[in-house]
Amino acid sequence: MGAETDSRITAVLDRLGDLPGALLPVLHEIQHEIGHIPPTAVPAIARALNLSRAEVHGVISFYSHFRTEPAGAHLIQLCRAEACQAVGSRELEAHVKARLGIDYDATSEDGRITLEPVYCLGNCACGPSLQIDEHLHARVTPQRFDALLAGLEESR
Amino acid sequence: MTQRVYVPSDATACALGADAVAAAIADQARTRGQDLQLIRNGSRGLFWLEPLVEVEVEGKRFGYGPVAPEDVPGLFASDFLTGGEHPLALGPTEEIPYLRAQTRVNFARAGLIDPLSLTDYQRHGGFAGLRRALALSGQAAVDEVKTSGLRGRGGAAFPTGIKWQTVLDTQATQKYVVCNADEGDSGTFADRLLMEADPLQLIEGMTIAGLAVGATQGYIYVRSEYPRAFAVLRAAIALAREAGFLGPDVCGSGRAFELEARLGAGAYICGEETSLLESLEGRRGLVRAKPPLPAIEGLFGKPTVINNVLTLASVAEIFARGGAWYASLGCGRSLGTLPMQLAGNVKRGGLIELPFGHSLRELIEDFGGGTASGRPLRAVQVGGPLGAYLSADELDTPLDYEAFAARGAMLGHGGVVVFDDSVDMAEQARFAMEFCVVESCGKCTPCRIGSVRGVEVIDRIRADTDRDDNLLLLKELCDTMEYGSLCAMGGLTPMPVRSAVEKFPQDFGA
Ligand SMILES: Cc1cc2nc3c(=O)[nH]c(=O)nc-3n(C[C@H](O)[C@H](O)[C@H](O)COP(=O)(O)O)c2cc1C
Ligand code: SF4
Ligand code: FES
Repeated sequence: MGAETDSRITAVLDRLGDLPGALLPVLHEIQHEIGHIPPTAVPAIARALNLSRAEVHGVISFYSHFRTEPAGAHLIQLCRAEACQAVGSRELEAHVKARLGIDYDATSEDGRITLEPVYCLGNCACGPSLQIDEHLHARVTPQRFDALLAGLEESR
Repeated sequence: MTQRVYVPSDATACALGADAVAAAIADQARTRGQDLQLIRNGSRGLFWLEPLVEVEVEGKRFGYGPVAPEDVPGLFASDFLTGGEHPLALGPTEEIPYLRAQTRVNFARAGLIDPLSLTDYQRHGGFAGLRRALALSGQAAVDEVKTSGLRGRGGAAFPTGIKWQTVLDTQATQKYVVCNADEGDSGTFADRLLMEADPLQLIEGMTIAGLAVGATQGYIYVRSEYPRAFAVLRAAIALAREAGFLGPDVCGSGRAFELEARLGAGAYICGEETSLLESLEGRRGLVRAKPPLPAIEGLFGKPTVINNVLTLASVAEIFARGGAWYASLGCGRSLGTLPMQLAGNVKRGGLIELPFGHSLRELIEDFGGGTASGRPLRAVQVGGPLGAYLSADELDTPLDYEAFAARGAMLGHGGVVVFDDSVDMAEQARFAMEFCVVESCGKCTPCRIGSVRGVEVIDRIRADTDRDDNLLLLKELCDTMEYGSLCAMGGLTPMPVRSAVEKFPQDFGA
């Protein structure tokens, strides 16, 4: 673990470590700051919160939101749930995977894009829904997806 | 006078381009030297009209929608700031039939006000309930909730007053109020809309709950898929604290109530109340065996009120207008209003708050306008991923907890997902099992392993391999999951599966 990462994790632990049930807020904050939760951070977290390493590791792996490796430059989360299925998300899903050349929970070879499934984004009246880096998009057709993707390429 | 223009800041409205519309309006106003006040309201929940821009003319709101950024110069040219005619003009917003036909209690202020204005909130009746509650004893407050007949809106429909009574009666040095804002069900967005459009209502309801049962600390557990709702809540909590509605001395009463919003981390099971409490305590979201009830041993082992967002928000109006008034709405044992969420393949999707007792058909046909594709409706899933599929013949079922239960279905959190005739119900049944595979907490075998087997068995049925044997196997598997699971994740997954098999046998090769 680099010295800078180290000090950022220490700062998070100093700031949030005393909250009741601090582990989730701490993990969120570390992932927010660093982009992922480095496995090398587990001992420091465990020590600060008076937990075993196994407990910390167990929590990180239980929740799909937490990642232990960096994601691609952009994170695309595609809704797989029923209301989006009813308006064509299965076709969109096939298109997205083919277009990116990856399956779920994978990152494109150039490291640009990570694709993840999500189960509902609360946009169920205007699906298919997907989220790119915390920006929600509604009524996403394959064509609209291509346009969004082109937008990401331009911003490169 | 400065013209007021409202552009929603709600997640769906923004996903449909509301931010770009707001920017275009500001830009045009600047170019034209037009003085205007741009207010980012929540949303009225009429999502098919988003972005729904409103202007205020002589105290009355006029709507235009759905507005694209390209429409903005034309709107200015048509004098929309004074309610001018335009192809996107909808007339006075409150008179749009979709809105006028509703009975809005929880969502009366949604889209009307700036979600982060204490002034707006109070001008529209906010904090009247809290002021009344401050004058009541704990028992009198709990009695008021009992009188209202309010039942939990998170899914199980348990009487709220009875839950609160247990917490009130349990002696402890510390008690908690926890709000379940995990809203994981597909087809639901009412909690999200409420938190984004009228967060102070939830804060008020939770404070009343705290005063009633003697809890001084509250937590709101918001799913991580709702970053916007989380941010709005945090800001609203800070405002309320600063103005003395939260903190060590609520409204100068000398009584304390503190509130904190926490984020979930992408686990559907954390909507189950005991799993949620585990998660709040910083652990994996493994479901706890009951008893003990959370009302007796809940968060950190202390007596805890845990309720859904809509349940707690309802409390604010119940105290403002009285439990008897609330109970005068609805029918049978389903009292008050139910915010339904119309989603999926439907022309006019959105939030529809009505007293219990209207039919599913009114919702889908009158409000929704039928399928978005224009093809015949074939199936409707009500109550989220663990809810039953209903066929087109069942649309006259009244929206009432007992009427749904009598059909082997459930209203749950009020999500209605419409499918047209292109749906393959065997594929939907497979998804129900697959969802259980993904989201099971893993504590018990019928759920963890049963769902994996369920996917395999349905795959064999779909491939036409030993179909009759496999259908029988699926039936037995559903029974095992229903009777052998610790919680409703494994226990209710059979509901959508069985309903698909029974009502749409042709999709399973019959
Ligand atoms: C798998 C599962 C998921 C659930 N998800 C939610 C949820 O997202 N939101 C919610 O309020 N209740 C959810 N519930 C119901 C809660 O366990 C609990 O009944 C509810 O929070 C109680 O509040 P209420 O009485 O106000 O409805 C879920 C239950 C199960 C079994
Ligand atoms: S039924 Fe499933 S989700 Fe519920 S406790 Fe058992 S394994 Fe966990
Ligand atoms: S089901 Fe896709 S956003 Fe809700």
